[in-house]
Amino acid sequence: MPVAVTMPALSPTMTEGTLAKWLVAEGDRVSPGDVIAEIETDKATMEVEAVDEGIVASLAVPEGAEGIEVNATILWLRGEGESADAVTVAEPPPPVVELPPAVVKAPPAAPARPKPEAAKPALEPDYRGETVEMTVREALRDAMAEEMRRDETVFVMGEEVAEYEGAYKVTQGLLAEFGARRVRDTPITEHGFAGLGVGAAFGGLRPVVEFMTFNFAMQAIDQIVNSAAKTLYMSGGQMGCPIVFRGPNGAASRVAAQHSQCYASWYAHVPGMIVVSPFSAADAKGLLKAAIRNPNPVIFLENEILYGQRGEVPSDADYTVPIGRAKVLRPGRDVTIVAFSRMCATALEAADTLAGEGIEAEVIDLRTLRPLDRETVAASIRKTNRIVSVEEGWPVAGIGSEIAAIAMEDAFDWLDAPVARVTGEDVPMPYAANLEALALPDAARIAAAARAVCYA
Amino acid sequence: MSRQPSKKRGGASAKRNGRAAANGAAPDSGQLLRWYRDMLLIRRFEERAGQMYGMGLIGGFCHLYIGQEAVVVGIQACLGERDSVVTGYRDHGHMLAAGMDARGVMAELTGREGGYSRGKGGSMHMFSREKNFFGGHGIVAAQVPIGVGLGFSHRYRGEDGVSVVYFGDGAANQGQVYESLNLAALWELPVLFVIENNKYGMGTAVSRAAAGSGLHARGGGFGIPGRLVDGMDVRAVHAAASEAVAEARSGKPVILEMETYRYRGHSMSDPAKYRTREEVNRMRRDRDPIERLRHVLESEGHAEEDALKAIDAEIREVVADAARFAEESPEPNPSELHTDVLLEA
Repeated sequence: MPVAVTMPALSPTMTEGTLAKWLVAEGDRVSPGDVIAEIETDKATMEVEAVDEGIVASLAVPEGAEGIEVNATILWLRGEGESADAVTVAEPPPPVVELPPAVVKAPPAAPARPKPEAAKPALEPDYRGETVEMTVREALRDAMAEEMRRDETVFVMGEEVAEYEGAYKVTQGLLAEFGARRVRDTPITEHGFAGLGVGAAFGGLRPVVEFMTFNFAMQAIDQIVNSAAKTLYMSGGQMGCPIVFRGPNGAASRVAAQHSQCYASWYAHVPGMIVVSPFSAADAKGLLKAAIRNPNPVIFLENEILYGQRGEVPSDADYTVPIGRAKVLRPGRDVTIVAFSRMCATALEAADTLAGEGIEAEVIDLRTLRPLDRETVAASIRKTNRIVSVEEGWPVAGIGSEIAAIAMEDAFDWLDAPVARVTGEDVPMPYAANLEALALPDAARIAAAARAVCYA
Repeated sequence: MSRQPSKKRGGASAKRNGRAAANGAAPDSGQLLRWYRDMLLIRRFEERAGQMYGMGLIGGFCHLYIGQEAVVVGIQACLGERDSVVTGYRDHGHMLAAGMDARGVMAELTGREGGYSRGKGGSMHMFSREKNFFGGHGIVAAQVPIGVGLGFSHRYRGEDGVSVVYFGDGAANQGQVYESLNLAALWELPVLFVIENNKYGMGTAVSRAAAGSGLHARGGGFGIPGRLVDGMDVRAVHAAASEAVAEARSGKPVILEMETYRYRGHSMSDPAKYRTREEVNRMRRDRDPIERLRHVLESEGHAEEDALKAIDAEIREVVADAARFAEESPEPNPSELHTDVLLEA
């Protein structure tokens, strides 16, 4: 029986890759452990090793092929004495694979490079300059690089940010351009390096501290809250702390409870703190630049699943996005849906569904969670009279709770239905693919909530 | 409304004679007298603060430095204007020794507009950019990585400033201290770690809290040298610090463990059941850093009794003036409630 070698998933969120190089040819004999190919993902280039023994019967994809989905056959192996012809004729059906939710939620009929819908309304309305298409990952990197060129006091520090070029490759190329003085690999010591960053900020520098994920920032939360956020107040205004804590936040894919948590409401609770969570590539760049220039501590919540999403991004090095302003991603008259980060894509998907039913949803990307843009939210309620809040995080004392309070305080008389919240389930994140999918909001739940507040 | 405390009055005279001392020269009469004055200022200031606490003029937590004066005075005398300092919550002495104004410190204790933080920080949270004093931190050991970050900022800018980080024997058991020692050694940062071992972390004797062969040895695994110093002898402190500051300045972090003693409770509400009255009295009688220096000044002929009396009188007036200011300074305007949360972008 011929054996299929398939495109491996090289990270929890990888859905496709490029076959950069074949290291074997038809007729070659391979043993387990032999390197057979180099696979390039949007994060890195990695080698693929053979698991089975055999002779290369055929290469199923050519060298340089892009967008090969995980689990697609890339090579056929035959046993000693088996005919090479049998292989190509008797191609078995592709294996049935339970895709992780991140894949399920990708835009339908995704081409090799799916574009998020947000790519279209991504720019600030007054921007008239050049744009270039890039990923969120590249946009974040460019933001840091541009600010480091502009301001000598800006430096980047964190685990694997320099020589490894970022655990998620967000800091790619920074070490080469700026050197080890300004791009610092730290030991795995979140509490220590977060505190060091706070001290450096007190000392007049502008640190950008990367947490490999915000889950690990809990080790450092005392320094973030007690030292970074409160000192300006406790010093009567003397001791500002211009620091950015950034990294991926929220659920990635199949990494279970300790690595899948949304910290938006945790940090948004704290006076003295700014909390930003961009969705589009353009906002990722513009808001990170604004965060680095901001004289206050900024929590910058990224999303691992968005890193590979592409969008048009202004190339003007002076382009920033104002902190504290939400953005209407899609105007609508019937119901308001507010979301942030990755949930914007899910909300837009729900809005598409609703449009097919005659319900025009207005989708708002909150972008900044503290200070929250109450006016944009309230103005939308005054127009639609109904609101659904969407977040990945837990429901209790979540961002949706705050949205509900704003609706009551600023738009009570305009509400025609109670505020609806669509949130992550009130459980630690499960590992099993089906349970994980159930634990996170999806477009169907958002659409159902929107119908409910529309009494449709 | 005066937002800044007056600059002239009452700050420590610490003229920072680092250079001479770093060269190994014995302190001269002028230096010894300044140290005497600075220690006495802290002692009298803290006594008055304790009294004002009892009168209800100072609220919350108030941790007095009485007994430990030689530590901060001896070390600050080795520092220059380019150096930075950070400490924990037993911080009044550090602020005075860093040259901060006694009026501003006392008015912060009373929670008044004239305080360094305009009444919003209190005893544990005061800062002075002008004097490179970076607090005043209320969470045990949080100042340690912050101090390493200050050292990082000196090094990053290519300046030769040193960051001095003060922390207590209690803080020495916190995990972030070891993360900080590792980072400081790994990145060769100009940091001097001063462990003020006053024998008790709140009510727990060091022997009940700390394993191993002494807090000064805690940097050994990171290649950070540590030395044990008689923290009740300002000359010993100064000699050890002169050497250590020079090493730290060259990018080799150092630990100095100061053997010292606090006469008062951990805070004002300390029942003091963990030690005997006799132990405290013995320390005061036999080891007091101010009496010890006074004896040196007189017996070695550095100062006549009249000169010392003049200093005593001056300090009494400085402290009385600070207390008056702190009582008379108005409470912060209610509008202050919402200011200083964020800086304008």
